[in-house]
Parts: sequence; structure tokens; C-alpha cells
Amino acid sequence: MVTVSRPVAATQTLNLASLVSARPETIIDQNSSPVIRTEDLTIRYGSFAAVRNVTLDILPKQVTAIIGPSGCGKSTFLRAINRMNDFVDGVNVSGRLMFLGQDVYAPGTDPVALRRRIGMVFQKPNPFPKSIFKNVAWGPQVNGYSGNLAELVEESLRKAGLWDEVKDKLDHSALTLSGGQQQRLCIARAIAMQPEVLLMDEPCSSLDPIATARVEDLIDELKSQYTVVLVTHNMQQAARVSDRTAFMLMGQLVEVDLTSRLFTTPHDPRTQDYITGRFG
Amino acid sequence: MSQADSAIDWQPVQFRPRLAARRVLGGLFGLACRLAALAAGLVLGCLLWHVWRQGGHLLSLRFLTSFESTLDPLASGVKSPLWGTVWLIGLTTILAVPVGIAAAVYLEEFAPRSRLMQLLHLNIANLAGVPSVVYGLLGLTVFVRWCALGRSVLAGAAALALLILPVAIITTREALAAVPQSIRQAAYSVGATRWQTVRDHVLPAALPAIMTGMILALSRAVGEAAPLIVVGAVAYSRTVPTSPLDGFSALPIKIFNWSELASPEFVQLTGAAILVLLGVLLGTSALAVGIRAWYQRRRLW
Repeated sequence: MVTVSRPVAATQTLNLASLVSARPETIIDQNSSPVIRTEDLTIRYGSFAAVRNVTLDILPKQVTAIIGPSGCGKSTFLRAINRMNDFVDGVNVSGRLMFLGQDVYAPGTDPVALRRRIGMVFQKPNPFPKSIFKNVAWGPQVNGYSGNLAELVEESLRKAGLWDEVKDKLDHSALTLSGGQQQRLCIARAIAMQPEVLLMDEPCSSLDPIATARVEDLIDELKSQYTVVLVTHNMQQAARVSDRTAFMLMGQLVEVDLTSRLFTTPHDPRTQDYITGRFG
Repeated sequence: MSQADSAIDWQPVQFRPRLAARRVLGGLFGLACRLAALAAGLVLGCLLWHVWRQGGHLLSLRFLTSFESTLDPLASGVKSPLWGTVWLIGLTTILAVPVGIAAAVYLEEFAPRSRLMQLLHLNIANLAGVPSVVYGLLGLTVFVRWCALGRSVLAGAAALALLILPVAIITTREALAAVPQSIRQAAYSVGATRWQTVRDHVLPAALPAIMTGMILALSRAVGEAAPLIVVGAVAYSRTVPTSPLDGFSALPIKIFNWSELASPEFVQLTGAAILVLLGVLLGTSALAVGIRAWYQRRRLW
């Protein structure tokens, strides 16, 4: 087995490095104050610690990718940020998770208000079984949006790169759209709330390569306005779209760095092993 | 990867497909199922044919719209019990459906998953198995006596509502649980409250299944005689209820009453009344199917 996997790993390292270097140089301000800051964050399901002592800063207007093998706690970590884990029985969160200086898990924090400001896109496209218009308009409606709803829907769909495809059938069921279109509709639904942060939980894992490319382009555009946290098991995707990458393993944060550095000169041997395809 | 590395020995001899035997077995199973279905249909068919032979010739609009006659039994009609049953269906719906849906929504969507709740779930499931006559006794004590509703159609409907409430709650909970979790997550993720999520997404998605369950539960209640006898429905009546507090008769009770009388006229009347009750049941079931079909056309998935 070993003799076979060596050359593959070598190609992959080369591939990731070339992906990183192929991207236009972006000036990243590493010193701007974080939008999300976790300190010693530990999340337990019963007695099992899915996330262990993670201390991580998410910087504004950047794409932060979280990579790692299945079961490493990356999705649990992501869902902790907008408190989607509240709906899971037996979850216990310790440590601190700050959103713009506000403790997300403080008793006074209202998760409903928090989720208005921290949007989420899920692994499988999950549009409401309602019309395309209603999918985007519903969130603003239930949150008492006072502006022009039709304009907001159009603008959100434009930002999600879906407007031209659906503008003549806004009253059609969202479920008549293709998987890739549905996922962009879900992105439109999230950005209609004008969130400050967009959490994306493996948003392309159920899409074909063309739809994936479209969503990745979209993520690249979105970061001019939003802070994006992208969970992905696809290292190429992290290399293509993220500014910073965090590598998690067995609930722990192994390493976080600029994507260009993490994929070319990782410090931790475990990161090295993972990105060269030795496990995971 | 070379052949030598392979952990599995790829030799066809490891499989013994026994295709012929498997096909025969499958065929036998299919036959057994077909026979079972045939038996159920046959019994129902025999019953219907028997009842039709007894009372089919009495069925007419006159039979539905005239009261019972003590002088000429064959001139009797089921106006009073038929209207009693219609009143019961209406009032039981009004009493049981909102409470049943609300209880199920609480249990499925809002209640914490505690030991107490598990106990509650278990009890509701057990209540569904309590004999209907017990609900009649409960109705007699609580509604007829304590609430002083008397032997009224409202008291009868309340007893029937209690009877079907466990089933209504269980079927509604199942309908709610069948709504994909991803829809709830999508709603929460845009900053919706639990109530907004349930109102706009979960309930509409579950509604066809809820409706079907409710109407099936109702049609079960319509055929019940025991609780109504205990609550005090009358077998002989020459009036129809004009308010919920009026006395009442009901089709199952009339059937029971006529079937106990010996002379051949009453055998015919029993058969005709059974056919009317079956017609009412068929009507409510058809309504269930219709509502389901209508919602599924409107549903966007």
C-alpha cells in the first residue's frame, strides 16, 4: 500500500501548493480585531468531547476554512457559533465563544437574535418546500423587515448569482430547481438577513463540479461583504477559496495559518501528514 | 494493486446463488400475502352482501328522513339517529381536533426530552388501548354529572373526543416527526422562533397526514355504541337535536336496539341502518382521501 500512496501524496502537495499560488495576491490584515473569538471552547455530547479546548480567532471579511477528517469536530464547532447545537440533546458547551465582544453562551444572549446576524448554509441544500420568492422572503418577514421585500429578494438572489435563472419563476416551488440552484437559493436566503457572518457547512459536498465551481466563485465574491467560515473536507476547496485555514483533528485545533502557508509550509507534522494525504 | 495483495480470494465458488430456490420462496411469500388480502376482502364482501340482502330494499330517501314508527315498523326511518350521529361527528371534531393537534405540537416540538415526558408519552399510548366503555363511564361522571351537561349530544361528543384524543395525538406526533429536520434547521438559521417555524413550515408540511389521521380516528368514534349508551343516548327518539344540549340518539345505538328485537321486520331495519352507518363512514373516509389529495396537489415537494 505504502509504495502506491507515496507518488499520489507528492502530486497532491504539489497540486495544493499550485492552487494556493495560482490565486491573486490578497492583502490580509492579520491584525484586525476578530469577529468571532473562541477561548478554550469545549463541546461535549454527553461524556464525549467533540471539540476540545479550541482557541481560534475568525477575522472579518475573510474566508476562514476549517478542514479535517470526518468526525474531527469541525461541523460541531461551526454549529456552536450560531447555537444550532442547542437543538441537539445533551450538548454541553464550556469555555468562551465571543461574537463581536458579546458572549454567545451568556445567559442574556438570545439565540434567535444571534442567528439573524450569523447566517448559515447547510451541507445538503434545504430550501423550504415553498416558492422561490417565499424562500428568500420568509426570514426577513418573520424578523419584521420593514423595507421593500421584493427588492430585497431580488438583490439577495442577484448576490447569490441566481436571479437571471429564476426571475421569471419566482412563484415556482424551490424544489423544482437543480441541486446547485437550490444551494445558491439557500445562500440567497441566508444573505437576505444581511448577516455579519456566514457559516457554511460543507456547502458543496452534494453538488457536481460545475455547481461547486459556481458556489466557490460566489464565496469569493461574498467575502467582500461578509465574514465567511467554511467547513470543508475538501482540501482543494480550502486551498482555492480560503484566506486562512484551520486544521482540526480529533476535536482539537492543530494549526491555523494563512492558507498559502498552511498548505506549503505547515508547522505541525500532523498537518503535514493530512495535507499530503497520509490519512483522513 | 496486484492479485497477490488482495485479501479476498476471487473465486466464484464462494457464492452459492440458489437462484431457483430464492425465486420459489419469493413466489410463495407473494401468494401468501395475496391470500391474506383476499381473505380480508372476502369477509368484508360476505358481510356487505348479507346486510344488503337483509335491508337493502328498505333504503330510500324516506328511510333517511322519517322517524321511527311504533305502529308500522317497516315505515320507520333513521332520521333521529342519523342526525344524532352527524351532530356527534361535528362536535367531536370541534372538541378533539384542536386539542389533539395542540397537544401533539407541544409534545413533539416544544416539550423538553425529560423522563417525565417519556412517562407522559407512554401513558398516552396506553390510553389509546383503554376500552371505549371506560370513556363512556368517565363521560357519565365528568360531563353528564359534574359539568351538568345532562344526557346531551355535547356530553356524548365530549366522551367520544376523549376516546379518540390519544390516537389523534399519536398520529399527529408521527406526522410532525416525519417533517424533515433540515426544514426546521433552515428556519432557525434565519432567526425564526420555534413558534414561527412550527406555524409556517412544520404544521403545513404535516397537515395532510394530520388530517388523514384525524378523520380516521373520527370515523372510528362514529361507530362506537358502548360509550354513548353509558352517557345516555336514547334508542328511541322522535326528535333531532337542535342544540348541543339536547338529548340524542345515534346510529350504532339504533342498530344495537333493533338487532335485539326478534320479529323479522327489525332484522330488515337493522340491515338498512347498518348500510346507512357504513355510508356515513365511507363519506368521512372519502373526505379524508379528498383532503389529502387536495393538499398533495398544493404541496410543493
